[in-house]
Amino acid sequence: MASEVNTGFLFDKRLDSIATDILRPVGISKGFLVWMGFLLISLSACLYAYYIQWDKGLIVTGLRDYVSWGMYIANFIFFVATSLVGMLISSVLGLMGYKWVKPIARIAEIIAVAFAAIAGLVIVSDMGRPERLPYVFMYGRIQSPILWDVTVVTTYLVLSALLYFLPLIPDLAISKGRIGHTPKWLQSTYEILSVNWNHTPQQYKILLKSVRILLIVIIPTAFAIHTVTSWLLAVTPRPGWDSTIFGPYFLTGAFVAGSAAVVIMMYFVRTNYKLDKYLTPYHFDMMGKLLVLVSLVYLYFNINEFLVPAYKMKTADAIHLHDLFVGEYATMFWSVQILGLVLPIILLLFRFFRKPFPIMIISVVVLVAAWFKRLIIVVPTQENPYLPKQFVPDAWMVYHPTVIESAITVGAILLAIIIITLLVKLFPVIPIWEMAEEQCEKDHKPQE
Amino acid sequence: MSNSTNINHDSNNNAGENINSRRKFFKNFGLIGAVAAAGGAAIYSGHEYEVSKPNHDFVKVLTADNRLVEVPRDQIKDVKLDLTELQRLGREGLKGHRFVMVIDLSKCRNARKCITACQGAHHLRPYEYHINTLVMQESPETAPYYMPKPCQHCDNPPCVSVCPVNATFKRQDGIVLIDNERCIGCRFCIAACPYSARLFHWEEPLMAEADKGKPYNVELNVPQKKGTITKCLFSSDRLREGKLPYCVSACPNGVYYFGDENQDAVTNGTTKETYRLSELLRLNGGYHLMPELGTKPRVFYLPPKNRLFEFKDDRDQNQEKI
Repeated sequence: MASEVNTGFLFDKRLDSIATDILRPVGISKGFLVWMGFLLISLSACLYAYYIQWDKGLIVTGLRDYVSWGMYIANFIFFVATSLVGMLISSVLGLMGYKWVKPIARIAEIIAVAFAAIAGLVIVSDMGRPERLPYVFMYGRIQSPILWDVTVVTTYLVLSALLYFLPLIPDLAISKGRIGHTPKWLQSTYEILSVNWNHTPQQYKILLKSVRILLIVIIPTAFAIHTVTSWLLAVTPRPGWDSTIFGPYFLTGAFVAGSAAVVIMMYFVRTNYKLDKYLTPYHFDMMGKLLVLVSLVYLYFNINEFLVPAYKMKTADAIHLHDLFVGEYATMFWSVQILGLVLPIILLLFRFFRKPFPIMIISVVVLVAAWFKRLIIVVPTQENPYLPKQFVPDAWMVYHPTVIESAITVGAILLAIIIITLLVKLFPVIPIWEMAEEQCEKDHKPQE
Repeated sequence: MSNSTNINHDSNNNAGENINSRRKFFKNFGLIGAVAAAGGAAIYSGHEYEVSKPNHDFVKVLTADNRLVEVPRDQIKDVKLDLTELQRLGREGLKGHRFVMVIDLSKCRNARKCITACQGAHHLRPYEYHINTLVMQESPETAPYYMPKPCQHCDNPPCVSVCPVNATFKRQDGIVLIDNERCIGCRFCIAACPYSARLFHWEEPLMAEADKGKPYNVELNVPQKKGTITKCLFSSDRLREGKLPYCVSACPNGVYYFGDENQDAVTNGTTKETYRLSELLRLNGGYHLMPELGTKPRVFYLPPKNRLFEFKDDRDQNQEKI
């Protein structure tokens, strides 16, 4: 992001055409209503599932004393992981001066906000006494990693929301007079949210400065949220979790999941909203290269995480690894590692697979695999405790997720999609002013 | 010009003196008045006190240490506490003690009397264990044996470290307890415990209906509560009464010794004979479970040597019962 904004773009004709393009899909359309209706009806079914759990207790899940953390915790880790991409795209790549992330940055921030917000909710669904949530703040013990997690996830959510909202303000001001086709309430929302923005250079200066500070502050915060999330497992003495590289292992895995999520969303924004002028094959190509890079780093950590204990085969580790490599979880483990990691790396090395449609399909596979990878990290370890599982009902020995549990998990995913849909549909999804500024800059450059 | 100012000045002075003397008068008068009023009030209130004394309304109150006392009704103040008295006592623990358990594996025949006694006292289902007896075998060549496994009441408890709300805690007498009025049900402690010593109430506890309305005793963890953790408590309610834990007293085979590290003495629950703890451990090769994890358990094991009975693996038989 440049340190100075040349507000000349405001008087340029190109701003009009860019704004028209980007604002065309904004508003309430029939398709949007049908989609939201579908989401809300499905969500209400999932909420009913949660009501049953609230009423009857966690007995309605497949969780028991040995595997006491299952799908919910895996889902929580998945959500935190995916939300990390906001930091990767906007902060890391943005601060390094990569211009191609500009039209993608807001998409990444939407994912960050939606997933970080839902991560907090998901964890409540895992609580045996959800009504005692305030106790965490009333009686919180700073020694517990849960306290660290609550603190950093909240901080990250606030920072991400600010990083989404601040660069949106000039766009709202630009859009105010141009969204005549949308309902009145949306127009007045724009009016309120644009907080009297009138495009003075002074305002832009303040905006750029604050965004820059946020971009820097959010880097350690994002590192903290996923490192701390990994510590929820790594601070325990159990085989499979008792690992010193869990922090970076989770962090790099998060970048893989998040990049895949961004590609998927880019694809749907591009095709549904006909924004192919702004989300070009070039952007998909670059995202493909990014996905290869982060996947390679993740592969490196995977090799460390599995090869080193597999070489030593300490008793407890050996039982755990046996389960993963050839045992009960072998199919899931190898599908996740090959389809979700190795194959995408190989395919994305070819230009053809970095085209919008193929890379979208690959990203869907990567994202689904990322979810199951979290399940593989959470569950098998608990199925192999140090002491034998004896004299308990057979159902306690292994983890079989129930329909209710799955519905609640799907509900969390639906909620994230609802937030994303609302933000994408009701506000400009590609930064108008940044696009216009870039266009003008490009044209002026040869003259200088 | 100068004259007129002088005159003005003088008159001002006079006026000031007048005001001053008036103030003084009022001040003095006020002082006397105040003293008189205070004195009167004191006399009056003293009189009132004398009059009301014989009519004082007393209320009988049961103190925390079970004494029945009388206090004036008007002296009673409602106290809003974070914890009930039982919780406060339960968190404090028994001063001066460091409780230990010794489990002699050479004597355990899997009678499972310890388990039923424990489950009866704590209102648990047959498959909900504060203490469980496991069939252990180190390797195919070594002999299998039975191992009763209660909570190890670690001195470096991983469960207590990770608890976000101070629901599970370590007392001064070495016991690790759980307060189910505080527990939020996150189950981080289950994840952290390497001994699988903790259990969770996934559904309404066995005697939820019958226990309704009973005051919560943190040292017995009854009433049990849905959505919270429960675990072995070293029967701290019994220890408070100077008795041995439920499991220890129930064992027919002399497996358990229980006592105080500070006194270096443990008592066998079956024979009621008391031994020197250090000697018992030294002579019999006492050891800890998984000492390499650094949890520093308060439960010692004596190795399963010289067993004078046949090992019978009744896992399947018990499985069917459940």
